[in-house]
Amino acid sequence: MQIELKNLVRTYETVHAVEGVSLSIPSNEIFGIIGLSGAGKSTLVRLISLLEKPDSGEVWYDGKRVDNLPEKEIIQRRRHLGMIFQNFNLFSSRTAGENIAYPMEICKYPKEKIHARVVELLDVVGLSDRINAPISTLSGGQKQRIAIARALACSPDILFCDEATSALDPKTTQQILALIKDIQKKMNLTVVMITHQMEVVRDACDHVAVLSEGKVVEQGTVKELFASPKTNVTKEFLAHLTSNMKSVREDGVVIWSDDPAHYVLRFLNDKVDTPVISDIIRQFDVVFNISGAGIQKVGDTKMGTMVCDITGSKKAVSDAIKAIRQRGVTVEEVEV
Amino acid sequence: MTPALWSLIWQSTLQTLSMVLFSTIFSVVLGLPLGILLCITSPESQGGIRPKPVLNVVLSKIVNVLRSFPFIILIIILFPLSRLVVGTAIGTKATIVPLSIAAAPFVARLVETSLKEVDRGVIQAARIMGSTNNQIVFKVLLPEALPSLVSGLTLTVINLIGYSAMAGAVGGGGLGDLAIRYGYQRFKPMVMLVAIVVILLLVELIQFIGNKISANMMKKR
Repeated sequence: MQIELKNLVRTYETVHAVEGVSLSIPSNEIFGIIGLSGAGKSTLVRLISLLEKPDSGEVWYDGKRVDNLPEKEIIQRRRHLGMIFQNFNLFSSRTAGENIAYPMEICKYPKEKIHARVVELLDVVGLSDRINAPISTLSGGQKQRIAIARALACSPDILFCDEATSALDPKTTQQILALIKDIQKKMNLTVVMITHQMEVVRDACDHVAVLSEGKVVEQGTVKELFASPKTNVTKEFLAHLTSNMKSVREDGVVIWSDDPAHYVLRFLNDKVDTPVISDIIRQFDVVFNISGAGIQKVGDTKMGTMVCDITGSKKAVSDAIKAIRQRGVTVEEVEV
Repeated sequence: MTPALWSLIWQSTLQTLSMVLFSTIFSVVLGLPLGILLCITSPESQGGIRPKPVLNVVLSKIVNVLRSFPFIILIIILFPLSRLVVGTAIGTKATIVPLSIAAAPFVARLVETSLKEVDRGVIQAARIMGSTNNQIVFKVLLPEALPSLVSGLTLTVINLIGYSAMAGAVGGGGLGDLAIRYGYQRFKPMVMLVAIVVILLLVELIQFIGNKISANMMKKR
């Protein structure tokens, strides 16, 4: 299901607004929408998922306008949407299995069919033995798995993930993202993933849009965004990603020093293997103090990340940085 | 305390129980839909799923007016209604009418509060799955709020025991009536004491049962 947003506007007195968002979300891939809290992400997802009507602008699914449908048709349309949330939002009055059954009950599926599908979905999310478990007995990761199974019950064509991993620890986050990626491929889903975590975008998404103050400030493939971020908002997200590093991270970046590091260098593909640093040291009177480095894979592209400090006279440092940039390596200044 | 008095206490206890039982049933029949309506018509920011501001304010005012009436006055005002519904304005049966009317708005508010406590995220989830408003009320709001509704019901029954004792003042029968007529007007403090102890035991029993049911429900969640 391909989604087209045309100049969506929704303003409130109190809640964060969406101020003219146009986006084209391609079919059958994972599309990330990243933004800080207050950027209007939640409002945007409420508009795309037809929970709310925009003040102006249009929402199209597969070439069909859907935001102006009458309430009855919107309810029918929603039955083919799935959504998972940061707080899981499972029904505490129902067991794990009954939660998954809910969307099928409201669509009036026959009882035997519901049961068969519940069993099938529990198997997909790897929780077959918890069918009768009360929700409070499940861990966060298990709750999100049940929520995913519930969202998939009526075979949706779009799955919305609203900060779906924000309440989970890093390891569980990876497991849930792997599950979503797996399901996306198997079920030909369009996944819209709302998040404030760059890690999530890096590990799961194909395309990404950066949302700031109700507007899309940057969009493209995840590779492009990581290699050459254009706006400060995006750079901030990427900087945050590196400044979080402590010792060995799952993505292979190793931090071995607590010395202040003011710069992050990013080497893409062929640059990963060239002796940029050595050349620069020979040309300019500067010293590199490297405190962390590693190679990440973004999609099928290799990207080297180096966290370092560059010292020397002010001019030498700025000349050196200029020269590094000329060689196609991204240099970001980080506030320590 | 003669055997005749004991048998009187027994009869009065039965009267109180029947007053409380029937007025509970009728107040829930009136109050539950009213409470649901109060919740779903409230503004969206308060968890309303079908905001109707005018209706909400009107209902809310009616509930407030009924709740602020002193019960003893309400009984007197409702004499004609009692006569119309049960054919008489005095006695146990007649008291059920004002008791139900007095408790219904109380039940409505309790229901409203319980339903509004249901996590809005859960309602949003139900909605995005394509639930109709009816399905949200009956398959999500009420089941999710059930333990809290049971606590509310317990509170209502206990309140009704208190109210039913007041009904004694206008010849409504029951333990309150007994306590006033024998204990106060005929100087038999033992009768009053026993009546009070019985009421006390009833309240304790109801509270105990209510807590048990509520706790059992929470245990299964």
